Amino acid sequence: MSELELAPATDETFHEKPDNQWLEMWRSLVANRAALVSLAFIGLLALIAVFGPYLVPYNPVETDMAHALKSPSAQHWFGTDQLGMDIFSRVIVGARVSLTVGILAVMIAMTVGVILGSIAGYVGGRVDTVIMRLMDIMLAIPSILLAITLMAALGKGIDKAVIAIGLVSIPEYARIVRSNTLSIKENDYVAAARIVGNSNARIIARHVLPNALSVIIVRTTLGMSSAILDLAALGFLGMGVQPPQAEWGDMLGRARGFIFQAPYTLFFPGMAITLTVLAFNLLGDGLRDAFDPKSRVK
Amino acid sequence: MLTYAFKRILWVIPVMIGVSLIVFSLMRVFSPDPAPIVLGQHATQEATDAWRAEKGLDEPVYVQYWTYLTGAVHGDLGVSYYSNTAVAHEIRARFPATIELAVAAIIFASLVGILLGVLAAVKKNSLFDAASMLVALVGISIPIFWLGIMMIMLFSGYLHLLPTGGRINVLLEPPKVTGFYLIDSLLAADWAAFKDALIHLILPALTLGMYSMAIITRMTRSTMLDTLNQDYIRTGRAKGISEVKVIGKHALRNSMIPVTTVIGLQFGALLGGALLTESVFAWPGIGKFTVDSILKSDFPMVQGIVLLIAVIFVLVNLAADLMYAFLDPRIKYGSKKSG
Repeated sequence: MSELELAPATDETFHEKPDNQWLEMWRSLVANRAALVSLAFIGLLALIAVFGPYLVPYNPVETDMAHALKSPSAQHWFGTDQLGMDIFSRVIVGARVSLTVGILAVMIAMTVGVILGSIAGYVGGRVDTVIMRLMDIMLAIPSILLAITLMAALGKGIDKAVIAIGLVSIPEYARIVRSNTLSIKENDYVAAARIVGNSNARIIARHVLPNALSVIIVRTTLGMSSAILDLAALGFLGMGVQPPQAEWGDMLGRARGFIFQAPYTLFFPGMAITLTVLAFNLLGDGLRDAFDPKSRVK
Repeated sequence: MLTYAFKRILWVIPVMIGVSLIVFSLMRVFSPDPAPIVLGQHATQEATDAWRAEKGLDEPVYVQYWTYLTGAVHGDLGVSYYSNTAVAHEIRARFPATIELAVAAIIFASLVGILLGVLAAVKKNSLFDAASMLVALVGISIPIFWLGIMMIMLFSGYLHLLPTGGRINVLLEPPKVTGFYLIDSLLAADWAAFKDALIHLILPALTLGMYSMAIITRMTRSTMLDTLNQDYIRTGRAKGISEVKVIGKHALRNSMIPVTTVIGLQFGALLGGALLTESVFAWPGIGKFTVDSILKSDFPMVQGIVLLIAVIFVLVNLAADLMYAFLDPRIKYGSKKSG
């Protein structure tokens, strides 16, 4: 009786193999406690980014010189900064800026990088040389220096920061996607698709990219951490947001003169950056392990 | 191998031309006009025109680029918009400070990173392993400038152990020979200056090196784990070679090949990090100066600095690549096999 019931189920699992890979990956990810906690933290952060601005106890951009540089207390959980603005409210509101910039910058870098990388890897030859040499040139300038120079040319502002951070991260995606494309295109199914008469664009979109998806997802997750760090660095150097908008790096840059007088002005925004970046790094590591069957066995 | 090395070295030239083109177009084509920034908002039209003519900014962009490129090839990087001194001179005055800091940082990062990585791999899944991996994880996640601020808060503010910034007590500055204070003070046999330069160097070097230390730890641990699973290690153990010798001589040496490359890459990355570290510690190097020059639209200065940093970055990576090819006998480049 029970055997009869089991039989079709087995058949079904056989049919849905691709789905099962994702399911297995998901199971392996949830089994990784650090990755799971990070995922939960990022989820919380996303909620804060969406609803935070409606929940903050104080107006995050309202100055109150009478209450400047107050230590953390029941009224001001994280204290107040040099202009009397509530640090807790500013840290909360800053989550939206960091996540938005991170997501948009990663999307720019990923889109351009994936297109360039897959074309370079798939077409090969001179096209490959030209694209990858261009990436080499971009990589010859430390990314933060390139980002600052871009900001100088584009001018201040969050939108400019998105572009600058997005542009400087393109080579990382291009390189990874290219090397994956090189190995994927050697597969028989790609040759088969070509023989049947599929266009190159179609083969890349239908066969190459889906198979490179796992590395792209891992890179994107880790890319969030570097984008958030880059944004904070730009903010710290005074090239990020326009005041009084709350951004974690910018808050640190403006409060640095109060390092001994009011350490809490520097502690909380920095902690927010560190925890966020840490969460994306842990999730990225977890995803990499989950996607990689070899490490899963270990 | 030689062909490969030769090709890689030749490749530096087009990369540098590419870099100069990128920086030049960012500064001269896309950036706002520097005249009102340099001369002030209230400069007269005649003064502005005269200044633009003097700096060659009234010429077509391609002429400007050609002038710049031919100058750079001859070592002439132009003149600062502000101080009217040669860019090369300004860079030379500040560069030793940055190199001293970066070298100290990479030494710290390599020593500690390799040590932690090896021990973590040998004691896999132990508490020590977990702790090292946590340190490495925090190391790659913490913003470098915030780490610097926290270091100052702890070691200068609360413990009063180390200075908050600067490179040396100005009264102790050693006579300039190399520009590296640690070396210059030794050459002058001035122990007080040496000690002062050293204690000023500790916090910035730790801060700047932390990220690289974390990367090197992770890399060392994973290559070391791979090596320890190799057959020849098992053979060595079976032959009764002591564990210390197995790890120290056989495993470590083979694991170091990829780690060398990473150290090379990290040294280049440190030059980017120096921008932020120097800003936090008021370190009188090229990093803070770069940021200031960008904010002031000092085009010739920015172009010169970025070009120089790119040259170093590319050469260090080249050295790391060649060393990798040299150290790893399995890698054979060029047409040796077929020819």
